Amino acid sequence: MSRLYRAWARMWARTWDSDLAYAFRHSPIAMLATLVVTLLILGAVFAPLVAPHDPFNPATLNLMNGFTAPGTPNAFTGDSFVLGTDNQGRDMLSTILYGMRVSLFVGVAAVSLGMVIGITLGLIAGYRGGWTDTVIMRIADVQLTFPSILVAMLIFGIAKGITPVEYRDQVAIWVLILAIGLSDWVQFARVVRGATLVQKNKEYVQAAQLIGRSGTAIMLRHILPNVLSPVLVIATISLALAIIAEATLSFLGVGAPPTQPSLGTLIRVGQGFLFSGEWWILFFPACTLLALALSVNLLGDWLRDALNPRLK
Amino acid sequence: MFSYILRRVVQSVVVLLIVGLVAFAMFRFMGDPIDNMLGVERTAEDIERLRGVLGLDQPFVVQYFKFIGNAVQGNFGVSYEQGRPVNEILAERAPATLELALVSGLLAISFGIILGVYTAIRREGWGSHIIMTVSLVGVSLPTFLIGILLIYVFSVELDWLPSFGRGQTTDIGGWTTGFLTASGLKALILPAITLGLYQMTLIMRLVRSEMLEVLRQDYISFARARGLSERVINFRHALKNTLVPVITVTGLQLGSIIAFAIITETVFQWPGLGLLFINAIQFVDIPVMAAYLMLISVMFVAINLAVDLLYVAVDPRLRGEASI
Repeated sequence: MSRLYRAWARMWARTWDSDLAYAFRHSPIAMLATLVVTLLILGAVFAPLVAPHDPFNPATLNLMNGFTAPGTPNAFTGDSFVLGTDNQGRDMLSTILYGMRVSLFVGVAAVSLGMVIGITLGLIAGYRGGWTDTVIMRIADVQLTFPSILVAMLIFGIAKGITPVEYRDQVAIWVLILAIGLSDWVQFARVVRGATLVQKNKEYVQAAQLIGRSGTAIMLRHILPNVLSPVLVIATISLALAIIAEATLSFLGVGAPPTQPSLGTLIRVGQGFLFSGEWWILFFPACTLLALALSVNLLGDWLRDALNPRLK
Repeated sequence: MFSYILRRVVQSVVVLLIVGLVAFAMFRFMGDPIDNMLGVERTAEDIERLRGVLGLDQPFVVQYFKFIGNAVQGNFGVSYEQGRPVNEILAERAPATLELALVSGLLAISFGIILGVYTAIRREGWGSHIIMTVSLVGVSLPTFLIGILLIYVFSVELDWLPSFGRGQTTDIGGWTTGFLTASGLKALILPAITLGLYQMTLIMRLVRSEMLEVLRQDYISFARARGLSERVINFRHALKNTLVPVITVTGLQLGSIIAFAIITETVFQWPGLGLLFINAIQFVDIPVMAAYLMLISVMFVAINLAVDLLYVAVDPRLRGEASI
């Protein structure tokens, strides 16, 4: 027990004393952004426990509660909601927590997908070189010619066309992940390829080659750990972009299905009440999206500066 | 030099052929065209006959090149949703998008360069600080939220400008323009700002950082030592040399203006190509999707090619390298 504790303590001390932790402790912006992101993620993950209502259980909804303004009790039922309710009497706070769940899940899954594809192709292109490299990087160049949001829309459209009508809502979330993931692998591939080209000629790689390790083993066990820090930066910035991309697609009506509304879907719905004065249906989801995207973005910027050896 | 141009042109054609393949595959494999065209009461002969008429019994490659041939002539088939030829629909929608893209592009370039130069010259002024801070927020805001915010301020609260549509348009030989009526111009303001703001911020930041880089160079100090006026130094000597990277980025941004127009057009219900594309995705209207894809690819590839060639034309150093 105490040995385990000592090991933990040692690891904690090492983390605490690292350059990254030092930079973190001296950046109020990074700490604030981390706080906001952590709170939002916790709220999203534990939404079923934290949310005051279950917005998707029709039994708990009361249409009479529709359009209740934030903080003021409803004129008919006397129920009060912190952030008000939407047209169907759903509590906005709960809807936002559940919506954030969808947004974050799609964002994280899409970035992971793009990251796995990008790292794999980048490693192969950089390590193998030759025509493999040429083909992969050509494809990357062609895709980079088109803005990623357009690529994502197109993939979404094609996937929607292939799926039979009755399954479309069920698979929409996965299609969305696929569309955003496939639209942002290029960044990862380019960075990993560049870093691999540098590592490939180092002595440790030559040593591994000499003792007869396979190409796959060298790429995964030797080169990969050494190219990860730029990947981390790109992953963070990509996450912010993916969350915004998801919100944009859902806002346009080509994203999350009505049965699983994300923040973008909520903003789409809220826009309809802009002219009739129910501002809170639009305002709170929009603020949540902004807070989420902005904090992840700031964190990514900070990470880039902290990990960039040129700036030290 | 010539071989470089030739290589770039060949590359562009290859990209277009690949995009064409994607569009063709969409047509061919997403749903059965026969199913879409024949009703429930059909015989095996009907199917066979239509298969022959449409050329679906021919080899894949032959069908593909026929598709490309048709696409080059602007023939993309009939929209599943509207039942009209797709090229007719595209021609009807294109003016709206092109006018919007033109105005927001001009806005982005002119304000981007002016503000970029200003923030670089008056680097420590409070005006520059405000502009830089606002631009940071502008970059983080998603396009559709900017649109909604503008609608809220200028349409809902102030009631100055319309929140949707193109206003009154004038038809000049098949080209509907909103430039000639007051309501058309008013309707253009908010969408153009929404679409141009992000690109403007990018151009501004780029011009600023390039300008700061150039102002540090020796030849600027030398120009100052020669007693040239600040105006001549800033605009004749410094700005000119910042324009090379600005041209590249701006050119590539023109492409994304057309792509981001999809978002702006949806927010403002602007009847252009982007709104058409979004509706086509929602209704799985494959001919329209394929046609839009081909059209926008041609634009993108053409812009990229033009930027590359312009780059060579502007920067003499590249000419030498490319000819080797």
